Order: sequence, then C-alpha cells, then structure tokens
Amino acid sequence: MNSKEITTQISEAAESLNLKKWDYGASFSNDYSVQVDKGEAKQLKASQKQILTIRVWNESNLVGITTTSDISESGIKKALNQANIASDFGNKNERTEFSPLAKDPIEVKKSKKRNPVGIKKLLTLLREAEVKLLESHESIKSVPYNGLSESFYERVYANSDGAFRSYTKSQAALYLYARAEEKNKKPRSSGSVKLGYGVEDIDIDSCIKDASNKTISHLNYSSINTHKYLICFSPESFLTIINAFSSMFNARSILDGVSLSNKNSIGEKISTEALNIYDDGLHEQNISSSPFDGEGTPTKRLCLINKGRLENFIHSESTARIFKTMPTGHAGLGSKVSVSPDWIVVEKSEENSDLKESLDHSAYEGEFVYIEELNAIHAGVRASQGSFSLPFDGWLYKKGKKISIESATVAGDIKYLLKNIVNIESNQKVTTSGISPHIWVDELSITGDA
Amino acid sequence: MLSSQIKSNEIIFGSCNKDLLEEIIFYGMGLGADFVEIFIENTDNSSVLAEEDFITSVSPSFGRGAGIRIFKDKKDGFVSTNDLTKNGLMRSVSQAIEMLDITDNKKREVFNGLDKHRNYSLSKKKWINEVPSIHEISEKLLVSTKSLKKNNKIITRKGSYSRNLQEVIIASSDGTYVSDIRLHQTVGLNVIASDAQYRSSGSRRFGSSGMPHEFRLWDHEKAANDVFESSMNMLYADYVDAGQMPVVLANKFGGVIFHEACGHLLETTQIERGTTPFENKLNEKIAHESVTAIDEGISEGSFGSLSVDDEGMEPEKSVLIKDGILKKFISDRAGELRTGHKRTGSGRRQNYSFAAASRMRNTYIAKGEHSKEDLINSISDGLYCKSMGGGSVGATGQFNFAVEEGYLIKNGKLTNPVKGATLIGEAKEVMPKISMCGNDLELAPGFCGSISGSVNVTVGQPHIKVDSITVGGR
Repeated sequence: MNSKEITTQISEAAESLNLKKWDYGASFSNDYSVQVDKGEAKQLKASQKQILTIRVWNESNLVGITTTSDISESGIKKALNQANIASDFGNKNERTEFSPLAKDPIEVKKSKKRNPVGIKKLLTLLREAEVKLLESHESIKSVPYNGLSESFYERVYANSDGAFRSYTKSQAALYLYARAEEKNKKPRSSGSVKLGYGVEDIDIDSCIKDASNKTISHLNYSSINTHKYLICFSPESFLTIINAFSSMFNARSILDGVSLSNKNSIGEKISTEALNIYDDGLHEQNISSSPFDGEGTPTKRLCLINKGRLENFIHSESTARIFKTMPTGHAGLGSKVSVSPDWIVVEKSEENSDLKESLDHSAYEGEFVYIEELNAIHAGVRASQGSFSLPFDGWLYKKGKKISIESATVAGDIKYLLKNIVNIESNQKVTTSGISPHIWVDELSITGDA
Repeated sequence: MLSSQIKSNEIIFGSCNKDLLEEIIFYGMGLGADFVEIFIENTDNSSVLAEEDFITSVSPSFGRGAGIRIFKDKKDGFVSTNDLTKNGLMRSVSQAIEMLDITDNKKREVFNGLDKHRNYSLSKKKWINEVPSIHEISEKLLVSTKSLKKNNKIITRKGSYSRNLQEVIIASSDGTYVSDIRLHQTVGLNVIASDAQYRSSGSRRFGSSGMPHEFRLWDHEKAANDVFESSMNMLYADYVDAGQMPVVLANKFGGVIFHEACGHLLETTQIERGTTPFENKLNEKIAHESVTAIDEGISEGSFGSLSVDDEGMEPEKSVLIKDGILKKFISDRAGELRTGHKRTGSGRRQNYSFAAASRMRNTYIAKGEHSKEDLINSISDGLYCKSMGGGSVGATGQFNFAVEEGYLIKNGKLTNPVKGATLIGEAKEVMPKISMCGNDLELAPGFCGSISGSVNVTVGQPHIKVDSITVGGR
C-alpha cells in the first residue's frame, strides 16, 4: 500500500468503527548498512520498516493512541480499536487538537534525489576507506567502529479533517573511528562522521583525513591539573551543550516543570548580548531536514535567543494553545506529544563590542583548554538543574604549544556558561547537528588526573 | 527474484510453523549459506505515565517482524522485515544471500531439519490475562505520585509504568526450533525538588521479568519515601571538590559501574573489535582477589533473566571473574565463530530488527564478608556514592559515571551530602583497587543500549570500596 491508500484504508476503517476524528503519522523505510573488520565484511544489514501511529478522539474529545508495525487491513483496524480504548484514559487537563497549521503550505527543500548504490558498492567503499585510514599513520592499528549506510524513507501525516502531507527522502552516513596504539602509551581513539543525501555526496577522503588527524593529534598526551581554565568550545561541543540544555527553549519542558525557564521567561537576559541562537530545521545544510513535524505543522526558522535574550519557545499544538501562540513545527507524535529542536544555528549578534576578539583558537598564545568533543551527555547533564559534568577530548594550549589531555571532565552550570561567554569567533562551522562558531568561556572547572 | 515462484503462506503465532520454517532454511542452505537463523516476534506493549495527580499518557503498541541472519564463513548478512509471509521471508533470505555475494551454492553445511520443538511458552500464554489492566495501573500510579507530595518543595512528580510482552519463534539450520513468551514490567518514580535557587532530583526504577503479578506487589510507599528522601537530602548539597579519593559504592544500582566499565569489555563483540584490554588475559589476574563477578540469566524474576536467549540457547551462569582471575567471556553465536569463546546463552537483541550479539543479563559482583560500616569506617577522607546516575564508557575503556546522591566520608563517618560528582577511570586500573566487598548483595533493573539495541538487564553488587578513583567536581 502507498501512503494515499493507507490514508483511505484508515478513513474507511475509522468510519466502520464510527470514529469521526483521527490522525496518523507514518514512516516507511528501506535501510542498508555495512561494517568491515580489517578488509573483511563483518556485518551486512538490510531492513524494511514501517511504523504507523494512529490517534483517535472519542466523543468527549479525549485522545487515545496506538503504534504498530502491522499495516495490514486487520492491523489498522486493531490499531484504531486500541487507540479508541486508550482514549478513555486521555488527558482531561490538557486537550490535544489538530494543528491549525496542518493544511498550510509547506516548503519542501529541493534535495538531491539519490538511488540506492547497493550493499556491494557500500562494502567496496568502506573497505577502501578502512585501508586508507589504516595506512594514514603507523600508530593506527584498527578502525573498531565503522559503518556506511544509506536510507530511503517516506514520512506521512494525515488527519480526518483532510490534511495530507508526505515527503520522500534519502540519506547516507559514514562513520570511521580509529584506534591508535603506541608502546608504553594508552590507546587513543577518535573519529569522524559525514552525512549526505546519498553515498556519492559523502566526502569519504575528508572523513578519513579527519578521523586520522584527530586520532593522531591525541597520541602525545598528558594529564591536566584540576583547576579553573579559560575554555574554547569547538563548534561541535558548543552545539552539544546547547542541545543538551534545549529544555530552556522547550514549552513542553516548561509545562512539565523540568526546564530552567518558565512561562514568563520570554525577554529574560540569559546570556551575553553577543549571542544569537536560532532553530532552523529547513537550513540548506541540514541533511535530515523535514518540511513538517509530527502534527503536520510546517517546519520554519525560529529565533530562540536574540542578543542574549530569550525570544521564543518551541511548541507543539497543545503547548502553543496554552501559551496563546502558534505551533512552531517541533512536535513529535505520541500519546503525550513531545517537543524537540531540529537544527541549532549559533551566531554572533550585532551587540558584540564587549567580546575579546583577541581570543582566536588558531592564534591565541595564552593558556586555555580547547574542548573538541564532549562525551557521556546522557550521564553528565542535569538539564532540570542546569548543571553538567562531562568527560571530553581536547587539548591544553600553553605558550603557543598544545598537548592532548589524557582524561578529564569539565563541570559547570549552563546559566553561568552562557553569561560568561567572552568571545564568539566570526567563522561558523557546519556540523552534523547544526552550525556554530568557536565559543570562548571564562573560568570553567576542569578535573584531571594530575 | 529468486523466490518469485513460491506459493504464499504465512507464519501464524500459536500454530506449528515447522514446515514453513524448514522450507525457508532449506532454501537458504540450498543457496550456499553456512548457517541460517530465523527470529520472529510478535509484541504487545503498553505504557502509562502519571504526572502530578493525573494520567497524562497511555500508549499501547503492537507489531511483528522477522530477522533473518545468514552466515558464510565468518561474515554474516542480516535482513529484517515486517512481512511474515513465505514470500516475504524467502525474499529476505535471498537478499541476505545476495548481500554476502554467495555465488557458490555447493553445500558445505547440511541441514537435517528442525529438532523437536522446545516450547517454553506453554505456561506463559495466560500472562497476558494476568497482567494488571490499564485501570489498575493508573490507579496505583496515581496513588504513588500522590505519595511523593510530602512537602511544597516537591515541584514535579512522575510515575511511569511499561509492560512488554514478546512472543518469539527461533529456528536455525543447526536444528534449533524454539518458542517462548517474555514478559517485562518496569515502574519508576521521579521527583524534582526546588527551594529558591536550589534544585535537586530523585528517581528510582523497579522491574521484573516473567512475573505478571509483580506490579501489584510493588511497595509504592517505600519507593516514594526513598525518592523523596533522596531529593531532600540533595536539595541544599554543596558541589563536591574534585580530586583523587577512596570511595564506597552502594549496593544495587552501584553495580552499573561494573556493568559499564568492565562487563562490556568481557563481551566477545569487544574482542572482535579489538577494543578490550582483557582479550588475552584469560586465567590472569585482572581484579583484586576480593572480586568475584558473575553474569547469568537464571535468577527467577530478575529483569535480565530469560528461559532461552535470542539464538535459542538456554542461559548459563557464567563466572566471569573468580577471586580476581578472569575466567570467562560473554559469548553469542557470532562471538564463538569469530573468537572461539563458547556460547553462554547471551545472544540478545532489542527486537527483530537487530542481529543478536553477546550481551549481559544479570551481572553482579558477588558478596564478600564485610559490613557496609566496615567499608566506611576504613576511610578517613573520601566519598560515599549512595545512588548512581547513568554513565558511559569510551572507545578506549575510560568510563564516566554521575553520582546522583553522594556524601562525604570524614574519619570513618558519613557527613555532608554533595552533588555534581562524577567517577572517572579505566576498568583495568580500577578493578585491582576494589579492596573490600560487603555482605549485602542486591540487584537492580536497568536498560542497556549497545550494538543489538536496548535490552533488559540487572546490575548489582554489595557495597564495595575502591581505594582510589578520580572524582570529578568543581
């Protein structure tokens, strides 16, 4: 069945069950992936998946939901029935409706259409990449984590009010994590990830080079003294921190009492005036962009922080109604609709005269810690409390020289961090999770082994 | 299409599928596979969320699918599908064969048909009717969240329940033919406390396998008291000072450190990748002699227990470390094939869309002879980690764990609560420093995410003392 046929099937089944109000979200995908181990194919994988989530409103306008992978006629009927039963337990205190924007025009990005290259081609490319990475430096002994994949999928949203949205897409991903070993030293590991619409869009050589350079750059390491340091966050690591604390911008989290913000926080100064942050799911560099969210609301660019002040929250239909605004295209379909950011863009605002422009990660000769990558986010971030304590890969720069840090954590508070940004470099970098320049923060605690 | 002329048929749960399964396996073997495995599942899940004094989410889900794995020499091809018709399954076999580029269909391995059906599900079919109804769950969750409202500093209260019922059929070309039904239930409570600029949180999770009535027996009042006290104790806590110090890790979920930092390094998938420092250490000392560590899937009702693993093997009790000496690795079929370590009944996967891999089940450090007080009294200046948060292990074995509830130890006594602590180290350096084990072994349920998805596990230990470890703080 295609998505139009499924919609018709659901409509007919709903009518036969006397269910007048419903909507559904679905995804259908074909995925192919390979992994290699020293030139040999390790695991080759293909999957065909279909997931259907149906919501049903009962006569009291309470919502029930069911998710299934069974899209047969009987599966769809069963799902509608279960959702109807679940609607007896629908949340009476927070009503859910169709998004008022579910029939608005959507902006579908002109992405390149790619066709599957097939498992054999994936395998050949990954084998070659592994060989090149192993040959790039004598200390690189293995590439324990590697993979090349391509996915082809369709996402659909439709409701009983006549909304119907669908888009198809392809995406490919390559990851290479090398392990380097030298005598009398601890093994070191680092890697790189690249995304593209198809395998032919992925810069494989760049991925190899990044993985090799990053791994080799950590071979000569030293422990670091526990102290407070001037910190330079790489674009990747700053985006990691912002995403980890995105509950600050999240209306759902605010209503749930797990955000540092509250309903009245719009307009509050939460960072240096030099900082602007946007959520821009439709950004042309966002390979994973989606033109609509789980409720069918069109995706759009939204300013979250403007010159250091909270400008907007991200919303679903129900949170927007409670906040007396419009949905922003950030909803995930579920019994309790989730809200999450798409693609964070960090930039320097016009109010940047207080920044210390001399802090440039490629030229500054004073002492600072460069945080390349933050790890263990799920363990070390307390989003509801604003605190973090995270292990990282990085370097200590001292007197113009840099040395890899053996093992350390950086700890602090997000409010402190945002207010103590001392420079936002001019050049932005596109990463797999958003765009950001290098960000400098004064006086964060580092715990080391020394 | 290799299978285009085959007449359609379909897997029916609760019926004998032997002929169809044999036909599919014969088909794969006939095309030149060394080994064919079919894993088929049918799931019926539900979850309920209570927030403050209301049920805010009820989410049922159901589904079915198959994962087909073909081995040729030491490589394997895995295909998953929602199509359980004969055509669909044979198409998946063909796809796996094509992926592996098997062009030589000369038979090297022989399939003699499936063995007698081992049906572990017979006594379990009634479970679906014995588990609590949504009404019953909702009522108890609401009572639980109400119990958390003990003062006005508690600003957020949540109770969550989920139930997973999974019916599986496993058949493979070594004759394995197994059916089973698995039931997992888990319930958790969370609070956030706040007073002026101070904030803290508390959480506890409970879980069982194969015990449909367990939720009814759950002592929600005790759980609510635990969570409340934890959040109150931590509300005004100062940040811990960073440094090297001795620590005492509490029992139950304290075992997450052994699970993450050492247990994963004893899975054969880590040997295959060359990422474990213990690869060539069998029968060598890798831990303090006070440490004996076990991984098993047989403790009745434990969250990581199973009648049969996802490759059709009954789980064994594996003594991984005995008195500090490495004795065994956790192995699955691919692990045995690629590393030579015998299977331990540890082939596990989240669902049909993952190939099984060597995964932990109920993993714990065995009890020792000391009391909790002995351990604390032996430290003049250190940290007591009463409750652990999550953690992770990097590609080179370095681990990092958040301490959810911690107290300073001064002159052998517990003193002030401290927050913001993380424990940082490497397994091969920390294991020899576990110098004392308490006599109060207890287990705790959890979810473990890894190569074959998220699986239910139990972690555990008695109170243990680590002589020195890096504590991250401010």
